[in-house]
Order: sequence, then structure tokens, then C-alpha cells
Amino acid sequence: MNTLRIGCGAGYSGDRIDPAVELAEKGDIAYLVFECLAERTIAIAQKARLTDPVAGYDPLLEERMRAVLPICAQKHIRIISNMGAANPPAAAEKTRDIAQQLGHRGLRIAAVTGDDVLETLRAGIDEVDSLEGPLPPAETWLSANAYLGVAPIIEALRSDADIILTGRVADPALFLAPLVHEFRWSLEDWELLGKGTAVGHLLECAGQLTGGYFGDPGVKDVPDLDRLGFPIAEVSEDGSAVLTKIDGSGGVINAATCTEQLLYEIQDPAAYYTPDVVADFSGVAFSELGRDRVSVSGAAGRMRPSTLKVSIGYRDGYIGEGQISYAGPNALARAELARDILAKRLAGLEISELRFDFIGLNSIHGTQLSRNAAVPHEVRLRAAGRASSLAAAAWITREVEALYTNGPAGGGGASGSAREVIAIASALIPRDAVSHRVQILES
Amino acid sequence: MLLHQLAHSRTGDKGNLVTISLIAYRKEDFALIEEKVTVERVAGHFSELIEGPVQRYSLPQLGALNFVLRRPVSNSVTRSLALDAHGKCLGSALLAMEI
Repeated sequence: MNTLRIGCGAGYSGDRIDPAVELAEKGDIAYLVFECLAERTIAIAQKARLTDPVAGYDPLLEERMRAVLPICAQKHIRIISNMGAANPPAAAEKTRDIAQQLGHRGLRIAAVTGDDVLETLRAGIDEVDSLEGPLPPAETWLSANAYLGVAPIIEALRSDADIILTGRVADPALFLAPLVHEFRWSLEDWELLGKGTAVGHLLECAGQLTGGYFGDPGVKDVPDLDRLGFPIAEVSEDGSAVLTKIDGSGGVINAATCTEQLLYEIQDPAAYYTPDVVADFSGVAFSELGRDRVSVSGAAGRMRPSTLKVSIGYRDGYIGEGQISYAGPNALARAELARDILAKRLAGLEISELRFDFIGLNSIHGTQLSRNAAVPHEVRLRAAGRASSLAAAAWITREVEALYTNGPAGGGGASGSAREVIAIASALIPRDAVSHRVQILES
Repeated sequence: MLLHQLAHSRTGDKGNLVTISLIAYRKEDFALIEEKVTVERVAGHFSELIEGPVQRYSLPQLGALNFVLRRPVSNSVTRSLALDAHGKCLGSALLAMEI
């Protein structure tokens, strides 16, 4: 049976680059996929694009392309990535320039657009369903991007694109598209699309399948995380797949790492909504075939939804934060005194919500779950507040720093920051309100 | 005994939802975990941090449970004042549950 080897070269925008180079060099792969777009990334990129029209794509695009493009061009490995972020055409132009500088002529680079539905939403369309409470006011919106499916990527592959750069696309679609294209799967074969989506979902966080985010010393040991190998799926025409990594790379891939990743960010395992299929992971099983080789079976699927999810990025006020440490005898009492001083100093400012934590004691799990903890030798007080202006947010940072000369004895290591909050709201819009475009450049 | 001895976990996030998997190291322990780690216990365990009901999905062939918890909207990933804005560390809190 025909098989296709796909590697995942990034699980988020800032991910390590050397494992992707290793995949291109030694992975015997036909496709290298980079998933680099978190929920908020497009809104932040859109903000960058407002001040610079050729900005708005992934900040590591150039470094990644320079590292992998020569190998991929030589070995005819096709690259698919959402590194286009808020500006896929500019990302494609940049990639073409890099290819030309490196002496690779005749590469076809596709830019997928159409996910940006901000103007459509602003113009007002019926049947916008908010997913959590009312939508924020339209004047605060910075970006609105629909999750596209496999269709535009397949269109680019049919046009012989070597490199495909998208904006917002459902993460598993980056992996499902080459499977549909190579195996000529029907876009209405829900079972196969469900199986391909399971493979895409397992791969999309890169190192999280191969032992990253897994190690727990003495309980779940993972070798050589400093040179973690990224995953490869060897997918067969019938949708069955083997998950593996390069021999000799760091990390581990076994049924336990695969189970953790299968359920990662999943709500109902029987209904994983994507633009292409409602995938059903409830019957998935893993079988360890050998060292770092795991087969996955049992995924299924149902008809795709009639709506597409849209992420709306909007301006949501400001957050100011500050931290200062106390250590040695009576450290916690001094940190608590510092908190009380801050609470009085910050009262009455334009701060709608204020939170204090003692890092080392209760900042992560709250007081109830941390109640049995011993008092540590050192405590770091953290204050964070929501403000209506950047100046008010910065005031929190200033007040924490002022504890040096105005607060309890022995405070040290004060730090802090104030920033605008770009928040995300989600909505559903009818599928026919969104249309994609594919442009191709040649190097 | 702590759940940490019997099971492992990974936490994910979607807006104000937190998803926590709980996976038995040995399939033979799954029945015990399924019996003891009920939605009521999980809701009580996290009562300071979440609101609303907890959902639980069972995947016996994987020896796994999948929990979906709801945080207040003011504490969703992109708006949170918390140090761990994603709630990534909540799975570790589940493993601290005594059973």
C-alpha cells in the first residue's frame, strides 16, 4: 500500500529550529509542516501590520526558511505552514526572496488568503453565533479570522506549489491536506478525513508527541530532551498510521506520549470539530510496534459542520504586573506586609481587578490546593491588575518597585511590565460567508 | 495514595476551558481511577479556580479519562491576570488528589 511520510517541524511560533533541519535531512519525508499560529498570534501580527504593511507574518519565518529551504529544495520536500499569519502574501514574497538569494530558482510559493473576515463581520452578517457570551463591541476589534480547512492547501498542491504559506487554517488541516491530495481521498469520506485529522492532531504540537511536555523524573523519564526529535507520521492510503521519530534523536514516542497528545486540548473526544470533518477520537487505540514506533487506529468521522469558527482579536484594556522577592527569616510575613501596602496604594486608581500571589506558595494552584505547603525559604510577591489605561497599568509596576525604599525590610529583585491586552473571542459564521484565494509566486 | 502514583496527565486550554487528561500507567488501575475520580470530586478539588459543572469523558481502551473544566471568563487565557494564564499546571494539581 502507498504510504506518505509527513514530519512536523514546529509546534508553535517560537519552537526550536534544529529538529526541523534534522527532519529534513534524515527523516525521509515528503512533507514538512510547521504549525506556528496560536489563538492570539494573528491579532498581534495584525497590530504589527497596521504600522508596517509588509509585516504581520511569523517573526521566525526568515530564520526557519534559511535553515530548511536548501535541504527541502534539494530533496523535493514540500513545506506547508501557517507562518503567513496576518500577511501570507508578504510571507510568500519574503520566502521567494530568500530562495532567490540562496540560488534556488523555479520554486513555486503559494500564499493562501481569505481567512481574514474582519470586513465581512464589520459590514454585519446575519447568523453570527458567539461561542461564549456576547461579542465585544465592534470598535475594539483588531482582527477576525475564520479557520479555513484543507481546500485552499489542496488547490495550491494541485498547482505544484513547493511551499504553501497560510494564515488561519485549522491546525490538523495542514497535515490532512497532503494526505487528501496524495491519496486522492474524497472530501466527503468522513471516515478517512477523521483518521487523517487524528494524525494531524497528534503531530501538530511537534515535540509534545515525542516526549516534550511529558518528563517527570523517576516516574516518566525522557532521554535527551536537549536534542528532542520531532515526530514523523507514516500514513497509509487507508488512513492507518505509524508515528515515529528519527533514530538517535532525543525523546521517546510510546503509547503514553501518544495518549497524552491525543487528548490535548480536546473536549468531547467523540466530537472534535474542524472545518473538514467532525472527527471522532473516542475509539482510537495505540499499539507499540517497537522502539519509538507506535501505530494509531480507530479514529472515525462525521459530516463536516455547516459553520466555520472565527477568532476575533480585540483590545481589552491593559494589564500591569510587578514582582518583588523576600527571603530568610519571616520572609512570608514581610511579603504579606508588602501586599497590604500595595492594596492601599493602588486602591482608587483606575484598576478594575487586582490580584496578589506569593510565588513559591500559592501563585499557580491557588490557596485551597496549596494549603498543605510548607512555608518556603523565599517568597516572591506578585501583583497583577487590570486597568483602563497603560499609565494606570504602569502604576502597578511602579508601586511594586517603590517597595524597595518604602516597604518592608529586605525586598529584592523587583521586576514588572505593563501591556495592552489583546483578547480573543470566538464565534461561528456560515461557511459560505468565507471564500479563499491562492496566489502563486515563482523564485 | 496520590493519583500521581497511578496516573499521568496533560493539560490543554481553549479560551476559558481547561482540558485535563488522566491516564492510568497500568490498564488494570483504570477501573479504580474511574470509580474514585468522579466529576463531583474533581469539581470540589478545583472549586476555588473554576465555575460551573465539570464534564468527564471515558476512554477505557486508552485507560484514560478526559475532564473539561470551565474557568471564569475574566480568567480565560488571553485575559487572565494569573501567572499561569493558560492553567497549564492544573493537571499537576489533579495528580495531587488523594485516593
